[in-house]
This record gives sequence, C-alpha cells and structure tokens, in this order.
Amino acid sequence: MDIIVCVKRVPQTAEAEVKVDSSGKDIIRDRLTFDMNESDTYALEEAILLKEKFGGAITVISLGSVEAEDTLRIAMAKGADNAIRIKAEDFGELDGYKTAQLLGSVIKDIKHDIILTGCLATDDYYAQVGVALAELIGIPHATLVTKIDIVDSKAHAYRELEGGLLEHLEINLPALLTIQTGINEPRYASLIAIRRAAKKEIKTVGKADIAGGEIMQHSTLEELFTPPVGKRAEILTGSMDEIATKLTDIIKGKGLL
Amino acid sequence: MVDIFALVEHRQGVIRDITYELMTCGRTLAEKQNAKLTAVLLGYNTDTFIDNLKSQAHRLLVIDNEIYKEFNAETYQMTLAEIIKKQNPMLTLIGHTAFGYDLCPSLAVHLGIPFTTDCLEIDVADHKVKITRQLFDGKLNAHVSLRENPSYILTLRSGSIPAQEGTLSTEIEKIEAPVSAEPDYRKFIEYIEAAVGEVDITKADILIGIGRGIKDQANIALMEDFASAVGGVLACSRPIVDAGWLPKDRQVGSSGKTVKPKLYIALGISGAFQHIAGMKNSDAIIAVNKDPNAPIFNEADYGIVDDLFKVVPVLKNKIVELKQAKG
Repeated sequence: MDIIVCVKRVPQTAEAEVKVDSSGKDIIRDRLTFDMNESDTYALEEAILLKEKFGGAITVISLGSVEAEDTLRIAMAKGADNAIRIKAEDFGELDGYKTAQLLGSVIKDIKHDIILTGCLATDDYYAQVGVALAELIGIPHATLVTKIDIVDSKAHAYRELEGGLLEHLEINLPALLTIQTGINEPRYASLIAIRRAAKKEIKTVGKADIAGGEIMQHSTLEELFTPPVGKRAEILTGSMDEIATKLTDIIKGKGLL
Repeated sequence: MVDIFALVEHRQGVIRDITYELMTCGRTLAEKQNAKLTAVLLGYNTDTFIDNLKSQAHRLLVIDNEIYKEFNAETYQMTLAEIIKKQNPMLTLIGHTAFGYDLCPSLAVHLGIPFTTDCLEIDVADHKVKITRQLFDGKLNAHVSLRENPSYILTLRSGSIPAQEGTLSTEIEKIEAPVSAEPDYRKFIEYIEAAVGEVDITKADILIGIGRGIKDQANIALMEDFASAVGGVLACSRPIVDAGWLPKDRQVGSSGKTVKPKLYIALGISGAFQHIAGMKNSDAIIAVNKDPNAPIFNEADYGIVDDLFKVVPVLKNKIVELKQAKG
C-alpha cells in the first residue's frame, strides 16, 4: 500500500506569546520554535502503521521553506521512504487552494493508494488543503478521521463529529483522509535514525518543474491584528498568598466552599 | 435580485444550532445587499424541519429524498453543485463544522468558486468579500479578502454570530433531487455514539479543567489532589485526551462535552475555540495561564497570569485550611 503524507512545518504557538511583525501580515518568528503540525504527526504515524501492516512505500511532501527539510528528515527517521519539498520560496503568498494545486501537481505523478494529511494546521486554521486536493486529483475524501480499517481494499473511516459522535464510512481507494489528533500515539525518531536520515536525499520541486496551467489563489491576507478584547478577565495580582486568598474568597462568595 | 444561500445542517433528525446562526448571518448580509436569503434544505421526511425553518429566510428550497437522510459530502456536493450552477447565488454559507469541513473545499474547487473557511465575521460590499478569522491558535485575528467573483462559498465558525429569531415570511419551494443515488465510492454506514464513562462531568458543580500547560502525565495526580481538595471533578482539553492522560469522557469542547458548572477552573488551557465552545456558559470561570494573551482570558471572569504549578499548591493549602477551620 503506497501512501503519501502531506506535512507542514508550523510555529508552535499554543503556549507562546505571538506578536505581529512590522509588515502587519506576519508574526515575529525569531523567538518561536517550529515543528511538524500536530495533526500531521498523527497522519504520518497512521501511514507508518499502515505500512507496517500492508507494506508499500511512504512519500512525505511538504510545501515549505528550506527549513521544512528538517521536518521531512524527521519524518524519514520515523519511517517515511521518500521526501519531497516543494519550494515555497518560488510561489509567494499561499492560500489553501494554491497549496492544494501545488501539492496536486506533484502528487499526480506518484503512485498512491491513500493520501493522508492532518485535519487542520494550527498556524492558519483553514482546514482546506486536504479536501481541495482530493477534489483536484479526483479521489474521494473524508475529514476528521479518528480510526481507519482497511477491509477488502476499501477504507473504513471513522469521522469524529461534534459531541464525540462517530460517523462510520466506507470509501473506495485511492482516497484522501484528513487525520484528527489522538488517532494513535506518534512515535519518536531514534537518534540513530535521525543521523541516518540526515544523509538521505530530499527531492526539491520548484517553479520550473511545475508544468501546466496557471496556479490560482482565492484569498489574500490583508492584515493581522491582536483580537479585540471581549469580556476580559479581572487579572488578580499580588503575592501568591494574596492571590490564593482572593481566589478562595471568590469561591466562597459563590457558596462553593 | 441576487440570492444568498445558507445551508441547513441537521443530524439524526435534528436541525443543528449552526443553522440558525447561518440564517442570522445570511439575513444581515441579505438586508445590506438588498438580496434574497434562501435556506437550502437537503433531507428526508423534512416536514418537521420545514416547520422549524419558517420565518428564517425569504425562501426555503427543499429537496426531500432518502439519499439525503444522512450527511454524505459527495452526495451533497453533487446536488449543491447543480443548484448553485443553475441559480447562481452570490454567496453560499455553510457551517464550519464536521459537516462543512467535509463539504466546502471540494464543492468550491469543483465549481471553481473562491472560498474560505472558519469565518468569524463576513462583510460584503460592492460584490467584494472581506472576512475576519483567527490564526495561530486563536492568538491573532486576520482580515482576509477574496478574489473578486460573481459567486463565493464561505464557512462560518459555530458560535461566532449569535442566532436571532427570524421574522421573514418564507416561501417554500420543493424541487426534485438532481442526483439519484449515493455514490458507490463513499457510503455512509452508521453513527456510533460516544462511550459513557464512569464520571459524568456535565453533572459536577466544580470542574477543574487541565490543558497542555500541565506538561507531564506525572502531574495528573497533583491535579486530582487539587480537584478533590476543592470538591471538584477533573476535566480537560483535547491535548490531554490525545496524549491518553485522561479518558475521552473528560474532554470539554465541541468534539467532547458541553458543561455548565457553577465554577470552572482552567489550568494551563490556552483557550482554543473548540474548548471555549464547551465551557463558556459556566457560571464562573477562573483561568491560570502563563501567557497574558491566551484567549482563555477573554472568557474567564478572573485570571492569574502565572505558572499553574506555583498557583495550585498555595491555593490548595488555603482551601484545605479553610475547610479545616470550618470543621
């Protein structure tokens, strides 16, 4: 079973302060750490588990800057066989549609039974690329998948809906599935494997290699800004003891102590 | 007159809340654009749905057929593509839900229509669309514009526009399904209900919600101790369940449980909107987080900007002392 996994290198912003840079269209990146997008790590792990069960090859693809090659090498250290970087520096501003077209133009020439992507990237939150990509290359898809079974060369995908309800679907292969976090336990790459992966080749694809029609963009980011403060919390200050006293007073005031 | 479409979302025989939010959004835009709002309903045995949707839009377009009983992105896409091609709405609104995730991008790509997802605010002027959305774990907002086109497709985030009562008189129009069957390459099999666990977090008066900020599985015990000292129950955000540190039935949020305790103490939870959706109606919210810009502070009543591992032990001792003094 040949599998393609699309991964993205993103800033880890869940627990970091994020500030807008002077262009007003990007964030200040120098104090942030970068890693593979969270749901992509689950997609990659799922691909490795499928390969362990059914054999075949895994190709990881990332549309990113040269630093994305670090992310691709980690993926190879974990078990991916081939890696391709599409040179983001060649293509200017990217939206979900443009990203899907670029990925599609590379993927159409690679043999695949399943394409896996994360269900959403934590930097832009669009959740567009996987589904748009499936449509562009003409294969069925399912999003937010938390379990995959392969039965009689069809995929049984379990989608996570609101409230924890699962939707069980049967999908013909080849198919594209976008993977929700928690589907498996992503492995860590061993040091030896990382060292070995450092020597492996990463194929790069640039503007000159992308044949065909015009790559179209649908949306343009005009401006980034700090969200307007809604119902802002009353921030408690003072020594830790004073804060704890204030808190217990609040809890007591609610009749809960 | 130009048309705005808003897609009705239903599941297991019930219209979902996002539908009324989409209708509210659609009515506002229709009024501003001097356009007509059309609620588009694909379903089976739709009489109750039709009753519930009267007054929501200028027109209710109904396609009643067994193939729409359950949501199947492919069946919906084939159907909507036909209707959109024929009727040319300037805008089609879909929920940014598990349903919309599966449907919007492929429908828009199929039709070659500009689209974007997860909108918080939508503004249309002179046929140009500008939207507001969140990026970087909800820490920043962005204005995004779309390529100018006669038609657009957008998804709206749940809870971003409060639903209002509709007061329109709704013309009902029933049409035949333009497709005849669910495609054989993607078939709906069944729904599987979430497993019921031993603790029901929706029943607790006090919930201690823990998130990524607790760092290590070893710290769960500390949090359990704190929860029992306060007389509360431990709940969590998604990353804790993903890591396998607490069972799924403890998860608060759009894909977990919706809770309304008297007190919710959020420890190391930054406040992704999926989590907020599940706990924002708590009577009182206290949040502890190191990042002063964490979105959780926009929902909390009281906040402490500090390391939760400094706050929790002191607070726990205070509460234990107080309880002992009371005897």
